[in-house]
Amino acid sequence: MSMRRRSAVGLATFAVLAAVWFMLTTGTGFVSAGRFPTPADTWGAAIQAMMRGYGDATLLVHVLQSLKLVALGFLLSIAVGVPLGLLMGWSRTAEALLNPVFMLLRPIPPLAWIPLAILWLGLSDAAKMLVIFFAAFVPSVINTHAGVRSIEKPMLEAAAMLGTPRLRFVLEVLVPGAAPMIFTGLRLSLQASWTTLVAAELVGALAGLGHLLNLAQQDLYPGMILVGMISVAIFGALTTALLGAIERRTLVWVRIKGGAA
Amino acid sequence: MTGALDPTRRFLLGAIGLAGFFSFWAFLASSGLVGKAFLPGPLDLVDRLVSLSTNAFAGGTLLVHLYSSLERFAAGYLLAVAVGVPLGLLMGRFRLLDDIVSPLFDAIRFIAPIAWVPFAALWFGTGFGGPVLIIFTGAFPPCLLNAYRGARHVDPRYIEAAEMLGTPSWRIILEVLLPASVPAIVAGLRIGAGLGWQSLVGAELIVASTGVGYMMVQAQSAVSTSTVMVGMAAIGIVGVLIDVALRGLEARIHRRLGRA
Repeated sequence: MSMRRRSAVGLATFAVLAAVWFMLTTGTGFVSAGRFPTPADTWGAAIQAMMRGYGDATLLVHVLQSLKLVALGFLLSIAVGVPLGLLMGWSRTAEALLNPVFMLLRPIPPLAWIPLAILWLGLSDAAKMLVIFFAAFVPSVINTHAGVRSIEKPMLEAAAMLGTPRLRFVLEVLVPGAAPMIFTGLRLSLQASWTTLVAAELVGALAGLGHLLNLAQQDLYPGMILVGMISVAIFGALTTALLGAIERRTLVWVRIKGGAA
Repeated sequence: MTGALDPTRRFLLGAIGLAGFFSFWAFLASSGLVGKAFLPGPLDLVDRLVSLSTNAFAGGTLLVHLYSSLERFAAGYLLAVAVGVPLGLLMGRFRLLDDIVSPLFDAIRFIAPIAWVPFAALWFGTGFGGPVLIIFTGAFPPCLLNAYRGARHVDPRYIEAAEMLGTPSWRIILEVLLPASVPAIVAGLRIGAGLGWQSLVGAELIVASTGVGYMMVQAQSAVSTSTVMVGMAAIGIVGVLIDVALRGLEARIHRRLGRA
């Protein structure tokens, strides 16, 4: 199956879908504008959000607020999660000590932390970062742990036999060996960060895309709801693509380094 | 890497870890460093759990809330399975359908399930239908993807053999693709159940008038931290039970396939 045909069918699908959307809403009024916005409503809402603003701020401000919290929460969680995963993968003692606590907290879904975070920290940015932390932390620990475990034993024994110092052992054996799995974990963490942030902002926030969605829901403004959802999708996809680009570069670097060593 | 530990040592270390966690928590709660209203100790939670199982909070006891959460979950999850698995198999069989659905699916996948909340509330209300749609959007992707991948990985020789014998497409799907992709499908059902249960919690936090999530939001406004934490524990425990049940199903199916 050629890629050409695939993308042609894909494009045709979106074109047909756009036509159906227009026909059902503006064309025939089969779906009332109160339930799903017409293309014109959506365009109008997008222009309003970008130019005049909605919910005390322009779309750009909401997007930047959400991006800031996702980035901070994500970085915080991987800064703790990846080293902890490395430690648990490398030392059986640390694993035996920490794993039960981890297993105890793990089944609590990330979104269930939201009410507790609001109780502790109110509607502040810190509350959102706490929620994102709990959500994004788990996948990065699990996958890093699994990644260290997947490193071939002879590799570790060789490094130990050569008396590699601790720091170099971690940086040049554990991290590169576990890198593919670490990135799998990071991708899941990033996804979890977005989901929990949107949920936390829906529950209570003063700015951000979730806040915009919440207001649009209360105002019964379907055009703005769609604009909010599309923004969430676009920026979720962009940050995922950014992480993918970093992953490709890093893995190439790891391979070159591994080859030279 | 350090060597494997013997089981006794492993168990002891685990017990030390857990004891450390609980005593740190109990210490923080009773020391007065953190107000008791904001961090109840482990024993306070047990008390609260007992009182919640007899006294109503936010319109019902804990069990009543759990029951309405599970009802929503069952509806949304079964819907996701009933649509996702057949659609995945059909996409594995018919290229054209695959080419049409895949780009749509890829575009929609980036919308977090929780971002559907406003439309879900607008279309189906905040009682039953709205949350069910959110669970559906959470559980649907793994059901579809795993059925699709399972169907695509079937050895082409079986399909060619069936085609050569003139088997109609619907029988190829039911009698070749479906049995061969059962392990992948069951794995998808398990992932979907986990994601669906998580999405349900989110939906209930935002739009619902019953359920464990709703109970937690009410407890948050009433500054009843212990009720919030009991809710978290209840959600975690039910999530584990759902997972254990599906794991059992998975193991059973694997055993049967192994024997066949």
